[in-house]
Amino acid sequence: MTITEKILAFHSGQKEVKPGQFILADVDIALGNDITAPLAIQEIEKLGKEALPYPEKVVLVADHFTPNKDKESANQCLKLKNFAKKFNVKNFFELGCGGIEHALLPEEGFIIPGQLIIGADSHTCSYGALGAFATGVGSTDLAFAMLSGKIWLKVPESIKFIYNGKLNNWVTSKDLILYTIGDIGVDGADYKAMEFEGEAIRKLSIDARLTMCNMAIEAGGKSGIIAPDEITIEYINQLPITNYQLPILKSDKDAKYAKTIEYDVSEIEPQVAFPHLPSNTKSVSQAGNIELDQVVIGSCTNGRLEDLRIAAEILKGKKVHPYTRTIIIPATQKIYLKALKEGLLEIFINAGAVVSPPTCGPCIGGHMGVLAKGEKCLATTNRNFVGRMGDSQSEVYLASPAVAAASAVKGKITHPEEIISG
Amino acid sequence: MIIKGKIHKFGDNINTDEIIPAPYLVTTDIKELGKHCMYGIDSSFITKVRESDIIVAGRNFGCGSSREHAPLAIQGCGVALVIAQSFARIFYRNCVNVGLPILISDEIYKSIKPDDVLEADLSKGEIKNITQNKIFQVSAFPSLLQEIIEAGGLMKWYLLNKFET
Ligand code: SF4
Repeated sequence: MTITEKILAFHSGQKEVKPGQFILADVDIALGNDITAPLAIQEIEKLGKEALPYPEKVVLVADHFTPNKDKESANQCLKLKNFAKKFNVKNFFELGCGGIEHALLPEEGFIIPGQLIIGADSHTCSYGALGAFATGVGSTDLAFAMLSGKIWLKVPESIKFIYNGKLNNWVTSKDLILYTIGDIGVDGADYKAMEFEGEAIRKLSIDARLTMCNMAIEAGGKSGIIAPDEITIEYINQLPITNYQLPILKSDKDAKYAKTIEYDVSEIEPQVAFPHLPSNTKSVSQAGNIELDQVVIGSCTNGRLEDLRIAAEILKGKKVHPYTRTIIIPATQKIYLKALKEGLLEIFINAGAVVSPPTCGPCIGGHMGVLAKGEKCLATTNRNFVGRMGDSQSEVYLASPAVAAASAVKGKITHPEEIISG
Repeated sequence: MIIKGKIHKFGDNINTDEIIPAPYLVTTDIKELGKHCMYGIDSSFITKVRESDIIVAGRNFGCGSSREHAPLAIQGCGVALVIAQSFARIFYRNCVNVGLPILISDEIYKSIKPDDVLEADLSKGEIKNITQNKIFQVSAFPSLLQEIIEAGGLMKWYLLNKFET
């Protein structure tokens, strides 16, 4: 069996499961946010329920339109808070104690290798970075999981992606995943588990692995997963959690895959996905002269400490281009504080960037950096669909924090090498 | 269950931001969501769609976010059935869970013309193109999903079953 099949077999009380099989599986963590949880809450209230059987398994995060952008979004967040109070959900993260959910949950110790996590948010697949099975579902699934502790799932086939070789300078996990999506397309892994393997993956930090698994959904994947190793264990051990058992989990040698795809990462350059699909990728050196009105560094894809450090390395002592608004969003309060203590925020502010509180904000075109008609933005986020960041005639380009920071300085899409060596 | 209506055709990779753009996600009211259905791709869709109409689309329909607002917006504007060459995974499960019928068919997508009228018999998996006088057969749902759909969605199925809570 693959690692994914093993986790699903364990959680559905079976010795073995096969791709295509429908199972009812036990959920370890069920996540909802200010957009998706209100619908789930409405379902639960319609049934007249007074209590949840496993409130400790529920995590609610107000992150999408917070700090509340208008009356309606304030109302959505209030529904979360009232529900958390009434149903004794301790893991409710209000503005100021949390941040963007997919950066927050690993950091708070909710994700443990071998677990089964569902979230009413498509980027729940991020948590595969820690060797958990994690997948995005809808609000009704969330309501059902909150009430029953279970989820219906089709056991996915897996695709194995092997990344051999050494990464070039300025090439990050964001470039690997953009390159992969460019190669297989936005439905290249539809319904499948994407298992990331190989020498280059083993060297990635957990921050970088989270970036990679975060974008599995952008290839249509049901989940992304990286088998836990020493780096995973080291990460888990520094978290304030106790009472957990770390299973030794990996795919069997004779596990079956829908296919295996191998890449030589030494051939991969920093990537940029052009509008309006994440699969529309090119090497940055091939981007041509794309002038930018805005740069955003943040989101659940690339708003973690490692990302901010890379951005700071490039922005240190420089100024962002006067016509390129630059918005930097630490993904959680903890990351914000660490960035502050390390002096990163000072570098950003001196460079003329604005530092926003943790929020999804511009990533979803909500607030804190919405684009005007005809504007172009390069962002470290994960989607560049039509109108994703504002006006339906604006454009979003996706890239790594290194490319984003370099591009902010030049005011156009730029390879980081041009800034650091020139 | 028989559904009869005029079709509205869309291409490949129609994403949830196109089905219901994020600025309209501030409500859970299905009629309200329905007023902005498909706004991201065709702002006049809502003036053309009638009760019981059918959306026919290409590959990977409903890709993007997990927002259940997307199938709800489609239901809210009156659309009774979506037929596509393939569906994005979360969208597919959301449709099952909210009880919006969906069918997968290559042939229907390829042969359909604007304004064709279809009649779908969901229990038989039989789709008639009334305008072109053609009949198509599509495969039935896996049994667990059939059970959920027949119950009227996941929450109703929850009520019908005893979970150890
Ligand atoms: S940062 Fe963007 S992609 Fe991530 S959870 Fe928020 S809205 Fe979704």
